[in-house]
Amino acid sequence: MSADPAGRRPRPRLPYLLIAPSFLALLVVLGYPLVDMVTLAFQDMTRKELFSGAAPPWAGLGQFRTILGDGFFWTVVARTALFTVVCVSLTMALGLIVALLMRRTSPWVRAVLAGVLVAVWAMPVMVAAAIFRWLFDADYGLVNWLMSTLPGIDLARHNWFTDPWQGFAVITAVVVWGALPFAAVSLHAALTQIPPELEEAALIDGARPSQLFRYVTFPAIKPLFVMVTTLMAIWDFGVFNQIWLMRGGQPEREYYLLGVYSFIESFAVNRYSTGAAIALVTVVLLLAGAVVYLRQMLRLGEAE
Amino acid sequence: MRRPRRRYDLLGLLVAALLGFPVYWMVLTAFRPATEILSLPPEFWPSHPTLGNFARAMGTETFWPNVRSSAVIGLGTVLVSLVVGTLAAFALARFRFAGRKAFVVVILTVQMIPLAALIIPVYLLLNDAGLTDSLGGVILVYLVFTLPFTVWMLHGFIAAIPAELEEAAMVDGCGRFGAFVRIILPLLAPGLVATSVFAMVQAWNEYVLVYVLLSTPEKQTLSIWLVSFQTSFGTDYGGLMAGATLTALPVVIFFLAVQRKIAAGLATGAVKG
Repeated sequence: MSADPAGRRPRPRLPYLLIAPSFLALLVVLGYPLVDMVTLAFQDMTRKELFSGAAPPWAGLGQFRTILGDGFFWTVVARTALFTVVCVSLTMALGLIVALLMRRTSPWVRAVLAGVLVAVWAMPVMVAAAIFRWLFDADYGLVNWLMSTLPGIDLARHNWFTDPWQGFAVITAVVVWGALPFAAVSLHAALTQIPPELEEAALIDGARPSQLFRYVTFPAIKPLFVMVTTLMAIWDFGVFNQIWLMRGGQPEREYYLLGVYSFIESFAVNRYSTGAAIALVTVVLLLAGAVVYLRQMLRLGEAE
Repeated sequence: MRRPRRRYDLLGLLVAALLGFPVYWMVLTAFRPATEILSLPPEFWPSHPTLGNFARAMGTETFWPNVRSSAVIGLGTVLVSLVVGTLAAFALARFRFAGRKAFVVVILTVQMIPLAALIIPVYLLLNDAGLTDSLGGVILVYLVFTLPFTVWMLHGFIAAIPAELEEAAMVDGCGRFGAFVRIILPLLAPGLVATSVFAMVQAWNEYVLVYVLLSTPEKQTLSIWLVSFQTSFGTDYGGLMAGATLTALPVVIFFLAVQRKIAAGLATGAVKG
């Protein structure tokens, strides 16, 4: 990078010109709405203002007072947190297992696994939701039939979505199934970059497999593991599509997570400001995860 | 080593079968006549394959307009984000300048903002600009959501190209632009392909935003078509699975075509910064 300062010095403006289009696009289409969202959360915008174009009245902290004082909001927050923890743990655990497994299989099995992972990765969310709705269909779904073949279980005409816990189990399955390939492929990529000598040396020194993993393998992939985990957490915390689609665009209140709640307040009830306030709280809650992710990324970036 | 490996192979195949099964079940159902779909116990292999479900799915009124719409949005997003993204990626990979780190932080942070949280203000913004219900508006918004990833990934690819190559070209009389076009661009081609597929897939798969932004049925994308299919056809699972297969097909083909490059991109772009 330092070979040619002369070529760069005379034109210090060039890099700024190069990033200008990206920066402008981000500023207008993302920065402005972000500011707008914050403003909106302190106002009271309804359908009337949307169509007349009149400035919505200020509401101060009113929106926040309403939602933070509402027990249901905290139920949704707790539900979202629980959902995120379960989904992320399952995805990362299974992803790690698949990634470790891929290292030990023959090349052709690894190729098969990689092919399947990529195919699953490529499945659009609404396709995945459609497939799982069909698999878990009350009358003709494969899952009910399969489970009913087990002794002592009869799930004929069992509707998985009557009980939200079971419904969320299905939604978790869709989310984890969809996210697993990304986790497994990235972790496998990180595993292949560990120099084999490292693990061989530990084995020669008499490390047991569990010790090998704990003291050699895992520390080597830890930066990427942390990064993927935070990314997953951020995505799962803001989950919207899977719930929306699995509930046919009309999720019951028992199925509200923060993303769905904010969307419904805005576009079904037309209380845009309440929706914005909920979205703002969501983003603030996400910031905790974001800090971890950023630090990890920047640390990786500096190692470059 | 032989014996345990066979056990792992078996386990690997089992995992592959389990993970791939939903996809198999989708394709199987898509090729099945309705009578077989709704019969228990189910069969696990095709016996009387039919194209009837596909004909029904493709026969819906808005299918072809929506394919066109998806293609326009996908290609538009890819094209613009590649051009804009390559410029920024080049700046990040080849220059040290004040504000570089801040820009990187912006790029990385933006990737984390959940799209669903921004729908309302984005909708209001496009509403003010008269860009709701227009494909251009959707492309503009998608651009912003694919750009950070594009820049980050391409910056990895460009950083992997030795700067000496460009410098040699410049010594030989190429301008900076000439060196970029003749040296960087050809070497960057694989990276551009991988990145564009990723952007394309994101645009192809997105649902909420187009659902809010596009109201004319003919302008909507395949993802909305598929979801409306679920409601308008009730439990026509044959048609639904055929529609799902059609929606997923282009993405799967793209993905499989460049999967190696995506893995390489993850390794160079994301892992090593």
